[in-house]
Amino acid sequence: MNAEVRAIRTPAEQALNAAYAAARAKLPGKGAIADLREAAFQRFDAAGLPHRRIEEWKYTDLRALMREAKPLAEPAKAKGKVPALPGLTAGRIVIVNGRYEQAWSEFKPVAGVELSDVFAFAADQKNYRLGEIPGRDDIAVSLNTAFMTGGVALRVAKGVNIEKPIEIAHVFADGTAAAMYPRSVVVVEPGARVTFIESFNGPAGVDYQVNSALELVIGEGAHVDHVTIGSDGDKALRISSLGVKVGAKAIYNGFTYTAGGAVVRNQIFARFDGEGTQASIGGVTLLKGRQHVDNTLVINHAAGGCTSRERFRTVLDGESHGIFQGKIVVEPHAQKTDAKMASHALLLSDEAEADNKPELEIFADDVQCGHGATAGALDSALKFYLMSRGIPENEAEALLIQAFVGEAIEEIVHEGIREALLNAAAKWLQAREQ
Amino acid sequence: MAFLEVKNLHVEIEGKEILNGLTLSVEKGQVAAIMGPNGSGKSTLAYVLAGKSEYNVTEGDVLLNGESILEMAPDARAAKGVFLAFQYPVEVPGVATMTFLRTALNAQRKTRGENELSTPEFMKLVRDTAGHLGISQEMLRRAVNVGFSGGEKKRNEILQMAVLQPKLAVLDETDSGLDIDALKIVADGVNKLRSPDRSMVVITHYQRLLNYIVPDVVHVLAKGRVVKSGGKELALELEAKGYAQFQGEAA
Repeated sequence: MNAEVRAIRTPAEQALNAAYAAARAKLPGKGAIADLREAAFQRFDAAGLPHRRIEEWKYTDLRALMREAKPLAEPAKAKGKVPALPGLTAGRIVIVNGRYEQAWSEFKPVAGVELSDVFAFAADQKNYRLGEIPGRDDIAVSLNTAFMTGGVALRVAKGVNIEKPIEIAHVFADGTAAAMYPRSVVVVEPGARVTFIESFNGPAGVDYQVNSALELVIGEGAHVDHVTIGSDGDKALRISSLGVKVGAKAIYNGFTYTAGGAVVRNQIFARFDGEGTQASIGGVTLLKGRQHVDNTLVINHAAGGCTSRERFRTVLDGESHGIFQGKIVVEPHAQKTDAKMASHALLLSDEAEADNKPELEIFADDVQCGHGATAGALDSALKFYLMSRGIPENEAEALLIQAFVGEAIEEIVHEGIREALLNAAAKWLQAREQ
Repeated sequence: MAFLEVKNLHVEIEGKEILNGLTLSVEKGQVAAIMGPNGSGKSTLAYVLAGKSEYNVTEGDVLLNGESILEMAPDARAAKGVFLAFQYPVEVPGVATMTFLRTALNAQRKTRGENELSTPEFMKLVRDTAGHLGISQEMLRRAVNVGFSGGEKKRNEILQMAVLQPKLAVLDETDSGLDIDALKIVADGVNKLRSPDRSMVVITHYQRLLNYIVPDVVHVLAKGRVVKSGGKELALELEAKGYAQFQGEAA
């Protein structure tokens, strides 16, 4: 007799099971990829959708927030356009409904950058082993692995410096809700330097679902600036996972900007494998209405002498819910680790809720680690100071919110992206005041 | 009619009465010093004039040029010409000093129905004034008061006052925390702003500041009301005899 206790499957879980059974034979990739899918699906099937009693998902209960699983998105029928960051990027790789669409993309060959389909890239196991990333056993990542329909692989060759940013744009392009599972790989070889943007867009009013995953491998001494811009439609549910391995003496600057979507979870699983890495992982989240956005990080200092800074800021209006969970793990041999994490939430409404959960797990004895978290309303002393100089109340508030957000955005190295996000934040504020 | 008239002002904070029937007049162009021991209500008076909402006015009135300002928000008072130089200027992270000055000046001008100052005019005004006060271009680019020393913060207050050109400047213990050199720079900045069109209320605990900013009149505050008024020599008398003589009188 089977004694295993398994909760009754929710309709969403049942739909995911049925969808996998129906799609399994048709999903791209044979051999090792098919095995990878199968193992990942089994992990999901054993655990089910994560819920509030799973510590990592305490504040983002997918059983409650994802009432139904949408059918797998079909390839886009017609060519469309994606809102662009004008003049900013060297090229845009567009992933539509979970598949790389060359016709939508504007990507001229760049010397030192190799672009291929993710499955073609991973078909040669000697080339790259898909799925060997930090966070691979996470349930959302497992679901992505089980259903992944397409994406790209970008390889930046050893020592090259790509000056203009490359954008990987994800878009949902359909009037009827569906689910998409894009999976991409970015490999930055030793000594190379690149800036890349991941963006997420989709129509308002459609409750589409996105479960994306990105594998990022940064070679020794490489420098990667990575900005994620979430501008999903107001009904969208999106879970985006990043698994990043950082080599010795490399620099990784990650920044996640989220303003769109109904329910969004940005997960970052990072591992520093070599000594002397410098990582800055930050983000800004702007929330209104009943939006729910969760930024969850697991930062693993697996080698000594690495420095990491995690800095997140969230502005919450309406009845929104913002979550920050950050865990820094320092392994026993990772001496001289220097890690500092901070999360600050600015509450603009009495009905908004901010949850901060910083965690440190330190197994080495010669480290400098710290964390800080705050949540509060606008400082009335600051507001009075500004008003006493003649600045009206709403303008004073806007100035202070903009400053709160701007201080975080200023961390972005690339000036064009920085300006674009400062403008986006200013627009968000203007919309709030009206 | 005096430019500022404070009439029988009673003020509470958290249920505790701080000002207890304070009456005071400041003429147009006059520099009035307010002196008094700790806890006499000096800073409360400054905050109430600027419109800080935590203070509860239970009785009396404050007239500026004959008009009651008690119902006005702080920004509306500022546009009418009220300026408070804070005893403890706050740090405003993420807001560059230049942006702050320009936003404040333009907001006031807009409220008064005046045109915004052009960029060159504004830059010239700020640069000239900053130069006199020993405020570097680098400080102007930094966030307001962030990482400034005590003296730099006080100089920044005077810079704001010079740019905003108020009709009533209230200086709340501008001398506190300043060494003698910084005090001279600040006092010099204030003296440059003395004008027949500008009234000033200079609040201080010590007579020292009044050697540099010489007042037209001195009012002594004790237990929430003015207990004595006189000329500048009153400050010297206080310095010699202390405040003890008034502590009893007001009780």
